[in-house]
Amino acid sequence: MSIPTVTADTVEHALSTPDTKQPYAELGLKDDEYQRIRDILGRRPTDAELAMYSVMWSEHCSYKSSKVHLRYFGETTTEEMRAKMLAGIGENAGVIDIGDGWAVTFKAESHNHPSYVEPHQGAATGVGGIVRDILAMGARPLAVQDSIRFGPADADDTKRVLPGVVSGVGGYGNCLGLPNIGGEVVFDRTYAGNPLVNALCVGAMRIEDLHLAHATGVGNKIILFGARTGLDGIGGVSVLASETFSESTGRKKLPSVQVGDPFTEKVLIECCLELFHAGLVVGIQDLGGAGLSCATSELASAGDGGMRIVLDRVPLRAKGMTPAEVLSSESQERMCAVVTPDNVEAFLAVCAKWDVTATEIGEVTDGENLVITWHDETVVDVPPRTVAHDGPVYQRPVRRPSTQDDLVADTSAMLERPAGPAELRETLLHMVSSPNLASRRWVTEQYDRFVRGGTVLAQPADSGMIRIDEETGRGVSVSTDCNSRYVALDPYVGAQLALAEAYRNVVVGGASPLAVTDCLNFGSPEDPGVMWQFREALHGLADGCRELGIPVIGGNVSFYNQTGTTAILPTPLVGVLGVIDDVRRRIPTGFGAELGETLLLLGDTRDEFDGSEWAHVVHGHLGGKPPKVDLARERLLGEILIAGSRDGMLSAAHDLSEGGLAQAVVEAALAGESGCRIVLPEGADPFVWLFSESAGRALVAVPRSEELRFTEMCSARQLPWVRIGVVDKESDAVEIQDVATLGLAELRSAWEGTLPALFD
Amino acid sequence: MTSRIGVVTFPGTLDDSDTARAVRAVGAEPVALWHGDADLHGVAAVILPGGFSYGDYLRAGAIARFAPVMGPVIDAAHQGMPVLGICNGFQVLCEAGLLPGALIRNASLHFVCREEWLRVENTGTAWTNRFDKDAQIVIPVKNMDGCYQAEPGTVAELEGEGRVVFRYLDNPNGSVAGIAGITDARGRVVGLMPHPEHAIDALTGPSDDGLGLFLSALDHLVSA
Repeated sequence: MSIPTVTADTVEHALSTPDTKQPYAELGLKDDEYQRIRDILGRRPTDAELAMYSVMWSEHCSYKSSKVHLRYFGETTTEEMRAKMLAGIGENAGVIDIGDGWAVTFKAESHNHPSYVEPHQGAATGVGGIVRDILAMGARPLAVQDSIRFGPADADDTKRVLPGVVSGVGGYGNCLGLPNIGGEVVFDRTYAGNPLVNALCVGAMRIEDLHLAHATGVGNKIILFGARTGLDGIGGVSVLASETFSESTGRKKLPSVQVGDPFTEKVLIECCLELFHAGLVVGIQDLGGAGLSCATSELASAGDGGMRIVLDRVPLRAKGMTPAEVLSSESQERMCAVVTPDNVEAFLAVCAKWDVTATEIGEVTDGENLVITWHDETVVDVPPRTVAHDGPVYQRPVRRPSTQDDLVADTSAMLERPAGPAELRETLLHMVSSPNLASRRWVTEQYDRFVRGGTVLAQPADSGMIRIDEETGRGVSVSTDCNSRYVALDPYVGAQLALAEAYRNVVVGGASPLAVTDCLNFGSPEDPGVMWQFREALHGLADGCRELGIPVIGGNVSFYNQTGTTAILPTPLVGVLGVIDDVRRRIPTGFGAELGETLLLLGDTRDEFDGSEWAHVVHGHLGGKPPKVDLARERLLGEILIAGSRDGMLSAAHDLSEGGLAQAVVEAALAGESGCRIVLPEGADPFVWLFSESAGRALVAVPRSEELRFTEMCSARQLPWVRIGVVDKESDAVEIQDVATLGLAELRSAWEGTLPALFD
Repeated sequence: MTSRIGVVTFPGTLDDSDTARAVRAVGAEPVALWHGDADLHGVAAVILPGGFSYGDYLRAGAIARFAPVMGPVIDAAHQGMPVLGICNGFQVLCEAGLLPGALIRNASLHFVCREEWLRVENTGTAWTNRFDKDAQIVIPVKNMDGCYQAEPGTVAELEGEGRVVFRYLDNPNGSVAGIAGITDARGRVVGLMPHPEHAIDALTGPSDDGLGLFLSALDHLVSA
């Protein structure tokens, strides 16, 4: 009995039918792009080729609107900044040398649109994808973080989207055995029809184990391994990731979001690591967006160029799939490896041990083209670089929006401020319980933070820190941040503030920042105002990194984040990675670790409320200029905190950001279950001191015995500091002298009650 | 007597390396056992660690119970070998019939990861002899299906025979009678949902209270 095969549109057929109408527009290609494909090939593309080009030339895969701007990262990275970079932008993920022979890789990626359509699977496969990116570098994935943004916390649709996203991130990560060590949860009305799900993964390897995606060596075999290929997620990249949702056109084109199987991925991870250790892999590539189209064209163009794939050997889990569908499928949990012929048997044996399906689907050839056959007929015959790298490049119009001046002019100066102790107390409780400042415990309790046994800091700490080397205690910490309200007011400064906050979150834990990754979430690139936000933010971030001396080693761009014509707040998420030579010297957040601690506020406090959480929560206001950013000061603050950690002078430290000093004090008191007495400086305006969001500040707890040594160091280095109180381990209240006394129980119920009340 | 303690890895097991670290921390020797193994490589005790064996898509532990290595584990348990099941391991022991009852979805229907206070109520087992009776310890729980349930008669029997080994002070998942861990009649097979291997060092866990289980096993093996 013969199994009927799908009749394919072959190269031969394409040559004989040059005038066939092709649905390139439906696949997202413009007229001139389609013509370019015809010019490259000297004929019309086959269906399979059209599927490959359309998906690889989509915004999501080709970065066609952002490419001209992204070059600026390279232009601003100095040789000195490159010194510790082992792999940078363009690889699956950037890699940095953290010392002692260890290389660490980290990257963030967006999975925004799928998470709106199907929150659980969209978020789950977002985690799965970024984990495979890390694995493809040869590293063992060690931890994840998630930065997730939703519409108003009390909106009906948020009740649909948020629990699904959280269960997806948790369900997938927990099942992979990767600790979730932090992230963000942010609510703003602009994310209502377009939530953001940005997942970050950190991995580590010995430097000599670094694997780059190459397909060199004529005769080497291409092995596809992992899950079988099905109909899920077909067109996911080209349609879901590059089209704005709208009621009128979106619905009928919506394909299914990919479905994740974390168990298969867990097994795939262990299988890959065993393959790496056995030295059986020449090159490796994960299958993510654009599936086999991406993996084969990228592997081939990173190698010698020629590759032959026998597509009908791909193990399928659906009947009647066309070659175009097999190439575009985004079925999860798949990897593609290049293996020398003499290692194929050993490779397959390792896969068999883990019950991982592995199939030789082709080989590296001495030709120049990627040739794909389907039941002995050629369905693809293309120069791989034209698919993977030579996509269109747009110079999109860039224009500062005419509304920007009005936005900047509408400052917070006229907003009514609380007067007197009773109103200040009420404001503090209102702020602490507001959705953006309230405890994230409802979310983080659904994530395993203990697995792998190396988590040293996790939520609610400022950064997530893990031990890399059990012998020496060397470890890394990561923080991802972005205050998109600041970015809206001034994209250049706002992006630097995001960088500064992530940097500060790493240094308050005691680690030294080493590298940056980003996830740039913006509206439609076809809107010149959005492109202005994008260019300004990118330049702010790149210039900021140069000033801080840490390189951007990888990143991701997500455009078309808007509902109708309303774009999200520009959200250039910044992730900073730091290294600490011994995690035992990390600085925790909570007060009361030592008997008798003095509280010091480091940095300058100014009257800065534009774009603040107070203006947002109390007045629903957004306008003016974001807080001043001073990266030299951030660097100095970092040096002081790292020295404080190294010399054991600090028993707790907490970054000041949204919600200001009041929020930091409450969080540190609750984390340590210890009361404190706050005495603001003489003549200080308590409202400004408690709620201003001036950047470059940290709250530290110093044991009495170290106080003089520490403050002398600050003074000598010209870092402003002020004594603002003492920790009182015996007290069960935060007492702010002349303002209010708030019991820890009252604060805890205000802080922790909000999310459960909304989502349970 | 040897202090070699087997740590089983099923596909989907997650806390195996952490369990091996805890075994090593008390001076015993962890021996990796693979789900397909036909024998126990001469170990003197076995731990089934946490995770999602075979994905747990059917029912937690339901497939792992039939793994080749479980044959010798079940035989050894019947002969009195100390066996500890942690989280998914506890679920496997229940599925295998070595312990009574079952673990169902948490009352909240969410995965719950929390530092939890437990009371050690039975210090006569191979895994708890180092603890003081009614000691209160802090151990993380992290699971989706951690709600212990059994027929009323079984619960009464467990309570009556003092076979409730650990009880939650603040029940995180709806377990009947706040039961966090139980033992077989001989005090050799113990299963619990909380993760003692994640409480061996205050740097990476909430306490080092979990060491007590591994020290107890070591004592039991050395004195046996």
